Amino acid sequence: MGEEIASLIGQVQAAYARAIDNGDLAAWPDFFEEQCTYKITTADNHSQGLEAGVVFANSRAMLLDRITSLREANVYERHTYRHLLGQPWIQSQEAGRVRSETSFLVVRIMRDGTTDIYATGRYLDLYSLQGAKPKLVERIVVCDSSRFDTLLALPL
Amino acid sequence: MLSQASAAHTPAELPSWPEPGLTRIPYWLFQDARVYAAEQRRLFQGPQWSFLCLAAELPNVGDYCTTAVGDASVVVTRDADGELYAFENRCAHRGALIALEARGNAKDFSCVYHAWTYDRQGNLIGVAFKDGIKGKGGMPASFCMADHGPRKLRVAELCGLVFGSFSDTVPPLEEYLGEAIVPRIERVLAGRKPVVLGRYTQALPNNWKLYMENVKDSYHASILHLFFTTFELNRLSQRGGIIVDPSGGHHVSFSAIDAQAEKDAEYAKQNIRSESGYRLADPSLLQGFKEFADDITLQILSVFPTFVLQQIQNAIAVRQIVPRGIERTDLNWTLIGFADDTPEQRLARLKQANLVGPAGYVSMEDGCVGGFVQRGIAGAGEERAVVEMGGSGADSSESRVTEASVRGFWKAYRAGMGL
Repeated sequence: MGEEIASLIGQVQAAYARAIDNGDLAAWPDFFEEQCTYKITTADNHSQGLEAGVVFANSRAMLLDRITSLREANVYERHTYRHLLGQPWIQSQEAGRVRSETSFLVVRIMRDGTTDIYATGRYLDLYSLQGAKPKLVERIVVCDSSRFDTLLALPL
Repeated sequence: MLSQASAAHTPAELPSWPEPGLTRIPYWLFQDARVYAAEQRRLFQGPQWSFLCLAAELPNVGDYCTTAVGDASVVVTRDADGELYAFENRCAHRGALIALEARGNAKDFSCVYHAWTYDRQGNLIGVAFKDGIKGKGGMPASFCMADHGPRKLRVAELCGLVFGSFSDTVPPLEEYLGEAIVPRIERVLAGRKPVVLGRYTQALPNNWKLYMENVKDSYHASILHLFFTTFELNRLSQRGGIIVDPSGGHHVSFSAIDAQAEKDAEYAKQNIRSESGYRLADPSLLQGFKEFADDITLQILSVFPTFVLQQIQNAIAVRQIVPRGIERTDLNWTLIGFADDTPEQRLARLKQANLVGPAGYVSMEDGCVGGFVQRGIAGAGEERAVVEMGGSGADSSESRVTEASVRGFWKAYRAGMGL
């Protein structure tokens, strides 16, 4: 059962990364439950119990707004990400919910070809297993570094 | 290296300002190593006040943090007398960093290299093997610890904002800020107990002055930042204005919501990329609470050379700008709430924090636009920017369709640099 869960979570996380990296941002909010939390913060903030980070959303609608804003409002230089994800570590599983932790490495490719490590860190996740696919009830993106180069537009 | 070092002392070695006034800004200011070196000495270590930290970050005796004043790493401490002290983070012996952590609590500070030890005020109180071992080695008898130590900074505090200066001649902080600026800081912070909600650093690919220009530029705000404009957080037609202090270096840009005001037709006429009809799926992002007695929803305040206090609705933050080289700048954000926030108010602040920072709906663009300029001017050191919107002066104005506070920055810059 444990391996099955890990494989299930691994698959949905692969799809999540694929959606962002392949430019299908419209699909990104669908990985979350309607009532959800998505946060990008730093390891320093997280370990000190500081609540505020770089991005905070407590509804899927706020994630939709992120994408709409990126498409319609915000100005930034075209770039893409490549996510490399570690294997999900299943922390706990109860009552149709799974807590997991997964490390990530995100490479940013600018339009001129400049390719840099943009962020590393871990996803602290709570998945709901109620539906056809696991969905995120909570994703805290804890970046190892407190420095963000230039801007953070695309989701991590 | 030699020419850079001497340039810091010799004004004649810097290029000269191309023409009188403040409306033409030569691009070599953002490219020249001699200019950068001179700024370190004349501005950051000259008669200016630089933001160090919040007093609330060092509540207890022994608390310390490391911060920066230009290139110089600085330690800020709270000593047993309850006062704050600041000194250069540089061992008097061979120059190594004294404190390595961003923050902590310490009885004293011991350099890891040779264990020279300093008290919380930066006084040298111990030198390892000072008297040698078994009468051999050690420092000469003439060596006096009191004659050696990292440079100390003057420290001053206003409403919990802690500033430091290397200068003995800089006017007292409140005088430096002046009567136009002090009440605007008090408006946000006086009598309140701030708490840090979070911190992060935005690494900017541009000279520090391009960021300060951007902060002071009310002309761009509603053009570049569509998010603001569409949601009527910052229309140029809103009631508001610009305050520029007599030195030019400090400014306040503010606006107040005027619910009765008609939708402004000026934008549509100008064919600016701002009328999109964009609406939020979750408008709770902007549903704040009444925090101030006035109707001001936005107040951006800058202190020369490198400090910003921001109020965007209920998103309060301080920004410290640290040059990291000619074309590199660190923008250190500290997001603030207050001790008496209700849980609902705290949640509103967390949501509105989405407006600012590297992923900020309204400040994301500020992270890249300085880089666009830095790259745009790369081959054009002898060319000049045109800063003429609203005339040639650097005075306060009821209109925000002006670059008066940008000119104010250059006025203070020229005075401070002797350019």
